[in-house]
Amino acid sequence: MSKTYYNAADLRKFGKITEWNEELGNKFFDYYGKVFEEGALTAREKSLIALAVAHTEQCPYCIDAYTKDGLQRGVTKEEMMEAVHVGAAIKSGATLVHSVQMMNKVNKLDG
Amino acid sequence: MKKSLQARNNDLANTERQLEILSNGIFADGELPTFANKIKETNQFPLRPKKLEILQINLGYMCNQVCTHCHVDAGPDRKEIMTIETMQQCLDVIKKTEAHTLDLTGGAPEMNPNFKWFVEEASKAGIKDFIVRSNLTIIRANKKYHDLPQFFKKHGVHVVSSMPHWTRGKTDKQRGDGVFDKSIKALQMLNEVGYGTKGSDLKLDLVYNPSGAFLPGDQMALENDFKKALKTDFNIDFHNLFAITNLPISRFLDYLIASENYEDYMFALVEAYNPSAVENVMCTNTISVSWDGWLYDCDFNQMLNLKVASKVKHIADYNEELLQNRNIIINQHCYGCTAGAGSSCQGVVA
Repeated sequence: MSKTYYNAADLRKFGKITEWNEELGNKFFDYYGKVFEEGALTAREKSLIALAVAHTEQCPYCIDAYTKDGLQRGVTKEEMMEAVHVGAAIKSGATLVHSVQMMNKVNKLDG
Repeated sequence: MKKSLQARNNDLANTERQLEILSNGIFADGELPTFANKIKETNQFPLRPKKLEILQINLGYMCNQVCTHCHVDAGPDRKEIMTIETMQQCLDVIKKTEAHTLDLTGGAPEMNPNFKWFVEEASKAGIKDFIVRSNLTIIRANKKYHDLPQFFKKHGVHVVSSMPHWTRGKTDKQRGDGVFDKSIKALQMLNEVGYGTKGSDLKLDLVYNPSGAFLPGDQMALENDFKKALKTDFNIDFHNLFAITNLPISRFLDYLIASENYEDYMFALVEAYNPSAVENVMCTNTISVSWDGWLYDCDFNQMLNLKVASKVKHIADYNEELLQNRNIIINQHCYGCTAGAGSSCQGVVA
């Protein structure tokens, strides 16, 4: 039995998900590959977005993958950290904006 | 300043030890296929030379820098320098070779005391593309080297220089403190005499290799980022950027093992294997000559002491026709040249 729920070496096996459902697996990887191609956004910009989302999703595989991907593209550590802060700001903003609902409720019940 | 593996008596200064590591572990237990087995899958074994295009000559392992990932294990403590006798043997070959490109490398080739004489003599052969791989900082290292940009210009030399990043931090981390500032100044000196500017025949290309255990990204995208940053920050122009993969040998192998990245890196190389890159790997169109005149399939095989599998093994006995009939010697380090878009001293190959 593995010692932890996450095993870094499992990232290499990601492609194997097609073995249990080839059609859906292949559709996913085709879509995934297409999304990250150069388009209106550069592949470099997409890599930084992916890094930020990897953090908000708290996916260790994605963090490993898009940190390495950023390094390959010449992304600096300053750019990476700024991207993560963008993700963190949205995440905390999303929490805090719900406090308006709390304030509304307080005002209605106890105003 | 750091020392070479050799000066530190590091285990990996022994090339047999390097080959042992590359042949055992994940490759011996079948977890990853050997390079030979991989190219057999696409009927590309044995790897054979095509038309000879590039004669690459290593003038010595002495260098003013001790870069973290140097595959030559070069540095100030390395004393291997090509003698004038071997240079003369090289000149005899340069005059008659079919190769259209002469590529001088090192160490810092400029540190060979007979470097200028050799360039003057070699340039008389009228070879089409005459490359000198300059680490840039040598131009600023000592007053006697300050005239190198003018000297290169006079002899129509094509300058190819290493530059791992457009930021100071990443460059100095790989190549040593102060390297970035000296490199920038040297690039400006080369620009001043006409190198690298738009439309100029004085070719100035940069070589990018990753600063750690990861593969290079898209060569064109990196070139665009380098051009934009160097122009904006320092008003520097250059022509092309060659993205080169670090091969798992010498100091980079030492780094991979010490940082516990070796297995992941080898998996990444094998995963990125591209059979179409095999078609154009540089060993198929290059002969590499060491400081002491021995012949190799490429600079990396030279550093692993894997001499050509031919009756002709030394520049003194050079015979292009016989050399073209050899099989190229391969090992697991060759995955470095076949990953992704491929890698060579001229950048991507596929």
